[in-house]
Amino acid sequence: MIDVQNITKRYGNLTAIDRVTFSVAKGEVLAFLGPNGAGKTTTMRILTCFMPATEGTAKVAGFDCADQPLEVKRRIGYLPETPPVYQEFTVSEYLTFVGRLRGMVGKNLSTALDQSIEKLALGSVRHRLIGNLSRGYRQRVGLAQAVLHDPPVLILDEPTVGLDPKQIIEIRDLIKSLAGSHSVILSTHILPEATAVCQRVVIISGGRIVAEDTPDQLSARLRHSEKISVTIKTPPDNCLTKLQSIAGILNVFQGQSAGTFLLECALGQDKRDEVARFVIANQWGLLELRTISMTLEDVFLQLTRHEEGMTPQVEQVSELPQATQETAS
Amino acid sequence: MTPVQAIIAKELRGYFVSPVVYVVGAIFLLIFGFLSYLYVVYAGYQAIQIMQMQGGQAQLNLNDLVFRNLFASMRFVLLIILPILTMRLFAEERKLRTFEFLMTSPIGINEIVAGKFVSVFLVFLSLLGLTGLVPTVLMLFSDFDWNPIWTGYLGMTLLGALFISVGLLASAITENQIVAAFLSFGMLLLIWLISGLGALLGDTTLGQIISYVSFMDHYDRLVRGLIDTKDLVYFFSSLAFMLFLTHRVVESSRWK
Repeated sequence: MIDVQNITKRYGNLTAIDRVTFSVAKGEVLAFLGPNGAGKTTTMRILTCFMPATEGTAKVAGFDCADQPLEVKRRIGYLPETPPVYQEFTVSEYLTFVGRLRGMVGKNLSTALDQSIEKLALGSVRHRLIGNLSRGYRQRVGLAQAVLHDPPVLILDEPTVGLDPKQIIEIRDLIKSLAGSHSVILSTHILPEATAVCQRVVIISGGRIVAEDTPDQLSARLRHSEKISVTIKTPPDNCLTKLQSIAGILNVFQGQSAGTFLLECALGQDKRDEVARFVIANQWGLLELRTISMTLEDVFLQLTRHEEGMTPQVEQVSELPQATQETAS
Repeated sequence: MTPVQAIIAKELRGYFVSPVVYVVGAIFLLIFGFLSYLYVVYAGYQAIQIMQMQGGQAQLNLNDLVFRNLFASMRFVLLIILPILTMRLFAEERKLRTFEFLMTSPIGINEIVAGKFVSVFLVFLSLLGLTGLVPTVLMLFSDFDWNPIWTGYLGMTLLGALFISVGLLASAITENQIVAAFLSFGMLLLIWLISGLGALLGDTTLGQIISYVSFMDHYDRLVRGLIDTKDLVYFFSSLAFMLFLTHRVVESSRWK
């Protein structure tokens, strides 16, 4: 459905994205992950024909973004970073305007309008001025605008920004329900979101794709060992060395609380059984035992930090913690 | 409703729900009314003088004494009023980030530019229509030739369309509305003032070219009741040129 080949975008001397290649199949949900300034928005703007790529080709539903922008635009629903709403319109007036811009008329338009209002639970604010709505509602109006004409391709730039936790879950469910019939690209720097709704994740940093896979496989790929967390009720003083003596355990670290220990063993081995037996045999009191899987956060940080030594975009990457804080506040 | 009509309707709504049109319209009509009053009083004053000097009934020519002066002054009023109406057209879209939305909608830049132009032009025409009250009222009290008044209105319509297109261009250049308004003031004043340079250079080729570029002579002839193809060509071609430039500026903003 979406096919991007080697697109590069330069603003003067600054290379915003550098030979980015990826594709999205029909019905697939793809997450674009990356720190701020990584090139997510630029890529989306090229796909929506807002700006042309300096090099490379981008195709949506078989139409080239540079050659047949109108055909591409007809098949895309796009939610930019800032919801594109007109303050002096009421919700239904605004959506009617959007529908007319897309050439919808009459009954066609009114059913689509009702459907998108229902999908995004905007019924209660339907006749209110958008200027008087909260950030969360505006974001939802922006989303309603994107899904209004039921486009085969949806491009959503940080769709859950500004929503409260309940709304975030609703929007994620909506996106999940769109999967299958729609191809969706969404950008985010909230990692659990990518894990929650996407089949595939593209991690972009400094304008380059650094990884592309399913969330599970990404974390598996970057894991160097299996980790087990064990919590013991009455650990003896030499607990660390004793745990180390279990066959197959490579390393033991003290966990966050006094009785918690992290055990490392070779990749592909599950030593939970042995650990449990050992603790019980020693009568230390086994409270908890679980494997620790690598979260997407770890993968992300590892991948984007990995770049530091190799590429000149060190500063962009090292800004990451600060940047995430900004959006959180 | 076609997409262009949708844009026109949206822009008109934008004008009429904001106080801009009401304030600008009220001031425009106030100035028009006040100027008409001044010229009528002045005409009456002159008539009394003529009567005193020559005795008998003086024939008052409202066309020369009132309307020609009134229409000539409108150049200045339109120059102040129209940039205020046009400044928001593209600048506001950029500021509110709805520009990206418009550009990613399945409509051409032509349609966006046309829709925006037509919407202000309609606002302007309705304001101009309201000024028709002045000649209508004066008709009750005096006899005058309507033909130069029609050409005067034609002149104001064409001049207004040209000013609007310049304002549209200015608005497409910047995302700051104030800057957009001053840009169009500046451009329009410049086009106005170069007619002075043209007059200075006189009947040389350069002088003629410069005089042609300024809207002054073209507008003056229409106000005097003269319809010349040359002037119509001037207005339509410069209008088309300005709209073309606007199209280019909007298009090029995608490349930055």
